[in-house]
Amino acid sequence: MSMPETSKAMLEIEGLRARIGEKEILKGLDLTLRAGEVHAVMGPNGSGKSTLAQVLAGRDTFTVTSGKVTYDGQDLLALPPEKRAAAGIFLAFQYPVEIPGVGNMYFLRTALNSLRKARGEEELDAMDFLSIAKEKMKLVEMDPAFMNRSVNEGFSGGEKKRNEILQMAVLEPRLAILDETDSGLDIDALRVVAGGVNALRSPDRAMLVITHYQRLLDYIVPDFVHVMAGGRIVLSGGRDLALELEKKGYTWVDDQVANGTFSAPAVASP
Amino acid sequence: MTRAEESLAAAAERAAVPPFGGEVRRAALGRFAALGLPTSKMEEWRHTSLSALAPITFAPADPRAPLAPAALERLAGPAEGARLVFVNGRYRAALSSPGRLPAGAFAGSLAAARAELPALVEPHLGRLAAFEAHALAALNTASAEDGALVHLPEGTSAALPIELLFVTVAGEGAAASHPRVLVVAGAGSEATVVETYAGAAGGPTLTNAVTEVVLGEGARLEHYRLQDEAPRAFHFGLLASEQGVGSRFSTHALSFGAALSRSEVKAVLAGEGGEARVNGLYMAAGSQLVDNHSIIEHARPRCQSRETFKGILDGAARGVFGGRIRVMPDAQKSDAYQLNSNLLLSDDAQVDTKPQLEIFADDVKCGHGGTVGQLDEDALFYLRSRGLDEGTARSLLIYAFASEMVGLVRPPGLRDRVARLVTARLPNGEKLREAA
Repeated sequence: MSMPETSKAMLEIEGLRARIGEKEILKGLDLTLRAGEVHAVMGPNGSGKSTLAQVLAGRDTFTVTSGKVTYDGQDLLALPPEKRAAAGIFLAFQYPVEIPGVGNMYFLRTALNSLRKARGEEELDAMDFLSIAKEKMKLVEMDPAFMNRSVNEGFSGGEKKRNEILQMAVLEPRLAILDETDSGLDIDALRVVAGGVNALRSPDRAMLVITHYQRLLDYIVPDFVHVMAGGRIVLSGGRDLALELEKKGYTWVDDQVANGTFSAPAVASP
Repeated sequence: MTRAEESLAAAAERAAVPPFGGEVRRAALGRFAALGLPTSKMEEWRHTSLSALAPITFAPADPRAPLAPAALERLAGPAEGARLVFVNGRYRAALSSPGRLPAGAFAGSLAAARAELPALVEPHLGRLAAFEAHALAALNTASAEDGALVHLPEGTSAALPIELLFVTVAGEGAAASHPRVLVVAGAGSEATVVETYAGAAGGPTLTNAVTEVVLGEGARLEHYRLQDEAPRAFHFGLLASEQGVGSRFSTHALSFGAALSRSEVKAVLAGEGGEARVNGLYMAAGSQLVDNHSIIEHARPRCQSRETFKGILDGAARGVFGGRIRVMPDAQKSDAYQLNSNLLLSDDAQVDTKPQLEIFADDVKCGHGGTVGQLDEDALFYLRSRGLDEGTARSLLIYAFASEMVGLVRPPGLRDRVARLVTARLPNGEKLREAA
């Protein structure tokens, strides 16, 4: 399903370094995504996977110290989070935030209208929005009652992840970043969430699927698999790489890194 | 004596058609002269200094100050039920709409009621808001020219809210008024009473209101005090309530206006099995100071009280919360909980919060909690990552914080008005009101 190598990159990360406080987490990361591609990023805990996701979405608790991120030809790092969203970037959070007092439906409509406004499109009224939302709720098999509750408040882990995918379906991003969307999901919820994600695969859209386990990749089959360790991508390959990793475990990656096979700097312990 | 104390005492002597008799007024004036205005040396006033008030010479506010009906709507919105209008503390029949009350019920001028219906007034007026140790209650008792009596006979039920609207109209100089309210809810009666304090912009004003509420056995009363005074106003409001067996009382202190305001609640659960809800929402910015003090006293067994106050402070505003729950030796099986949460929106905003439990019975369930925090950065990022600009995201989170308290306001017109007062203080606020 991958596009020919000659097609223009949607996202180009070069030598990205980022720290939180004094601690450097991303240590020179390179990655390129093209429209239509699904990339999986795997790696042990502490390898910097989630930091990558947060930095791409614009979280300012991380400081980018060097490197470049180009999205559709523009300097992504110069944009505030809302401008990135308007440009089509969406992060499905590993830990979706509970916001008591803000209705889920209102939130989603405000989000969609913010994006539409930023793109110079007409805002949707409550009725028009409702019909879109209802359609997308089917995609993630979400009970419409959840729309009348506060954002993620009292939702189970699985409900929160469904809500993330629902938001993604409504906001229709060009680049979707899924940060450990499989964590805390039982097999049924995983199937539903993955189904929602797969329905959104398209030639215009790129996805960056971050996961600790290869299990998710049985459901969301990636075009490329990257292994992250010590704040860098240390190994890239096709679908098979995930299976090999599953068989050999992350210690195998660590050993390879330690042996200098990947010529990576020191690796965080698993 | 400060200039404020001298001028307020002198004005008290000139009060016309007061709801209190001469002897009581003289005694109250004596107490005020002896006590003086509260100072920050007093524990209960430690964080609320009245030094800005002291040098002001107050004259009685002009009860005949002109006020157009259109101005009234602008200040307080349309009436939902009965609306009694008081201008600078005095009843203004021409602006009032009596609404429809149950048979035998009364809502009107307190001064008139004292003359015409003394049997309804005498047993209760001044009983709960004792002035011996309370300078502002003493000043009110000595100075009140009018106010409202709301009386509901046994078993009656008023379907629509009864609103008491106190409008402060600033004159040439600094003007003071001292409205007095008495609400008597007979056994098994049911009603909603809304006190609104609003003011048109102008010179410094002082409102010093005292409200006494008596609930008979099994009575249910919802009570609201909305303070939306002008920016240069000083506002003091004391509410003293007493509840009979199995009665339910809820009161909501909603504070938005005034340069300096203080709301005090003294709620006594005096009958077995009573329930009290004491709630508050305060929002302040600039150099506003907003103070809420409360005492909930469980005097009899098996009563329940719940108290929630939420504050939002921006600019260099200061919030003060002092909440005391007192459980008397007799009040076994008391169940009380108090919560004060504050949102500080700037580095200069400040809040002093002090919960106190005084428990003299052994078989009780009491607790308290409180938070002082800033906007949740994770939530802010979450909203922005979905495309909301920073200002809108902040406003939405602030509104969400307040919305719990707004949602507790039951009369739809008042709830809408409170929501507007909140959103009017937020960037892009107008779009937020359907958020909850």
